[in-house]
Amino acid sequence: MSQSKTTHQPSRRHFLAGVAVAGVAPTLAPQADAAPLSVADPSKLPSALPPTERIAVNETGMPPQETNRIGGKAGSDFMVDVIKTLDIKYVPANCASSFRALHESLIDYGHNTTPEYISCMHEESAVGIAHGYFKVTGKPLMSLCHGTVGLQHATMALYNAWCDRVPVIMVGGTDLDAASRPPGVPTFHAATDINSIVRDYTKWDDQPTSLQHFAQSFVRAYKIATTPPFGPVMIALDAGLQQEPIKKHGEELSIPRFVASSPPQGDSGAVKDAARMLVNAENPIIIVDRAARNADGVKLIVELAELLQAGVIDYGCRMNFPNTHYLNKQPGAVSNADVILGMELSDFWGAVNKYTDNGEDGIGFNSPSIKPQTKLINISSVELLTKSNYQDFQRFQSVDISMPADAQATLPALIEAVKSALPNDRKAAIEKRGEAARKAFAENRQRTLLAAAVAWDASPISTARLCMETFNAVKGLDWSLVASEGNVSNWPNRLWPMEKYYHWLGRSGGYGVGYGAPASVGAALANRDAGRFSVSIQSDGDLMFAPGVLWTAAKHKIPLLSVMHNNRGWHQEVMHVQRMSNFRNRPANTGNDMGPIGTSIMNPDIEYHKLAESMGWWAKGPIKDPEQLGPALREAVEVVKRGQPALLNVWTQPR
Amino acid sequence: MIMFKSLMTAAALSLIATAASAAGSAEKGKETFIKRGCWECHGFQGQGGSAGARLAPDPIPFDTLKAFVRSTNGQMPPFSENVVPDSDLEDIHAYLSSIPKSKDPKTIPLLNQ
Repeated sequence: MSQSKTTHQPSRRHFLAGVAVAGVAPTLAPQADAAPLSVADPSKLPSALPPTERIAVNETGMPPQETNRIGGKAGSDFMVDVIKTLDIKYVPANCASSFRALHESLIDYGHNTTPEYISCMHEESAVGIAHGYFKVTGKPLMSLCHGTVGLQHATMALYNAWCDRVPVIMVGGTDLDAASRPPGVPTFHAATDINSIVRDYTKWDDQPTSLQHFAQSFVRAYKIATTPPFGPVMIALDAGLQQEPIKKHGEELSIPRFVASSPPQGDSGAVKDAARMLVNAENPIIIVDRAARNADGVKLIVELAELLQAGVIDYGCRMNFPNTHYLNKQPGAVSNADVILGMELSDFWGAVNKYTDNGEDGIGFNSPSIKPQTKLINISSVELLTKSNYQDFQRFQSVDISMPADAQATLPALIEAVKSALPNDRKAAIEKRGEAARKAFAENRQRTLLAAAVAWDASPISTARLCMETFNAVKGLDWSLVASEGNVSNWPNRLWPMEKYYHWLGRSGGYGVGYGAPASVGAALANRDAGRFSVSIQSDGDLMFAPGVLWTAAKHKIPLLSVMHNNRGWHQEVMHVQRMSNFRNRPANTGNDMGPIGTSIMNPDIEYHKLAESMGWWAKGPIKDPEQLGPALREAVEVVKRGQPALLNVWTQPR
Repeated sequence: MIMFKSLMTAAALSLIATAASAAGSAEKGKETFIKRGCWECHGFQGQGGSAGARLAPDPIPFDTLKAFVRSTNGQMPPFSENVVPDSDLEDIHAYLSSIPKSKDPKTIPLLNQ
């Protein structure tokens, strides 16, 4: 490429302010295999220009290499430099024309490492993978999508991430310049503001119009996403900005240094008030949902609970509290509480009230689950992040102390305040609470085992047996239950010893069906890197939303044991239809199925084992006899230990 | 709690009612249990779970069951005679009564690990 061609080639985006970056010469093609800039520290940017083509030929004796056509370093190469400063390990995505330049830069200029491209069949799967990955590692991934059609596919998964407080760096390709973008689909289905469809459930979005703008926005997006309360962010990325070479105008490009923000902590006065209330309580209860952001959070909750000998109800959007601890309580424990501390609850109202969908008028009625005088303390960062349209809060619950703050960040101060406020004459009473808790815990365990034994030999296989056969197969490994979608009567949380943070990863957040399969793959990817064994309880309805994610797992050699809870229906919805039929005094029409029309997945039955096998998984099924499940699991575990994903299609009881 | 209260109410009603025992067919009851959708929440063997109470083994007396099904104000909506006729309820009760006792969890190795 000649210099004159480069120099005189008109920019197709005059409104995009061009800037220069050191180390880029328009007279020489960018080195295709050049190492990306180490730009975390701007002082380390190359200060010398590369040799001209003539000098290079003279010095090396090598014939001139064919130069690139754009006459300089591609803008998307600089974008890769920016992305690499943030140590983002993977980029799950479904390919699309509008981010083709960044795609090429990631795999060629960036050598397809940090981030490594994960090929996905669906944008919803890509975001779901990022969702699951974060829950294991605490580190966000970025995902790429086409700004119109791809982003529409991704929306449900982004909503799940939003509701579940999970950071995802979403980047959507868009082609802004109507005068130069290709005709056909890029023009046909262009949008002036692609971010608008996800603005209601992302923390922040931007549409950079220069490379320096991109650098600032990408680092800013990462910082916003990873500051509690976490959440997804969106960057609209102009195709022209990606494709055009870096312009030599103005200041040199630089990459802002990322420094993590400290999470917001509760007001010190409110913390002391809460501590006084807790130490003087006769029967304090702690309720946690997304309180533990990592293993340290679990330790802090245990410390507070033991200090107070307070029962802990874990709503399970994260692994907050070991279910083997004697202070672990069931939700009904709120009925005797005089003080309740809620931490990062998505539904405080539901924790202290009950809704029964069986009212005289067919609408339902409410009733309190607590005593009228029970005092309530709320520590939640959700109040710091509220949108006007899509809501993510329950019915309004009045509380006595409200701290809009990150619970885990507030816990050390609260623990110290409790220690200070604890009068000596209360210590004996508090110890006595612990003794009662140990007894209640043991009794509850016996009731749980009795319930699990019912229908133990049933076919289809009981959900209790499904879960315990599975646990038996993985208990000797460093296991991680990466998802448990569909309703298995909560058996894993009732029977598996959940003690490590990665033993239980919670649920979708937004109740969008289709989360389990991709989140499992994302979490298994993270666990693979950590040397752990991943197992999921995979429901049938969830898998069928985007089963192509099975191929992604096989393609990228992500070991995962997927044990299907194939109850051949959407049982969550069955009772809604049945309820309407009953209210209207007419039998529900089941057609040829076993549930109301539209709620069954049968006739024909889906052969999930064949589906998985066709996409590179080891698979077996359908397994209907409980005696066959254990041996099949042992086989599958060995396959997964060798690095291949494995699926067992197990016919199960509905719940 | 509401479910518990409803059961108590139903139990009280059953004391007033004649102590009728179900004269249904367990075989027909098994089919009806599925046809009427009971299995969806209570499981094929009435074992219960997070969505529905355990019904078997050892089901509650027929009159108590019937009173509950017809008048519950808990999470389960009431089923009228038009939706589940008395004869079906009798068969269902017979089926639930035919389900053998559960294993003792102490005899199940997987529940003792």
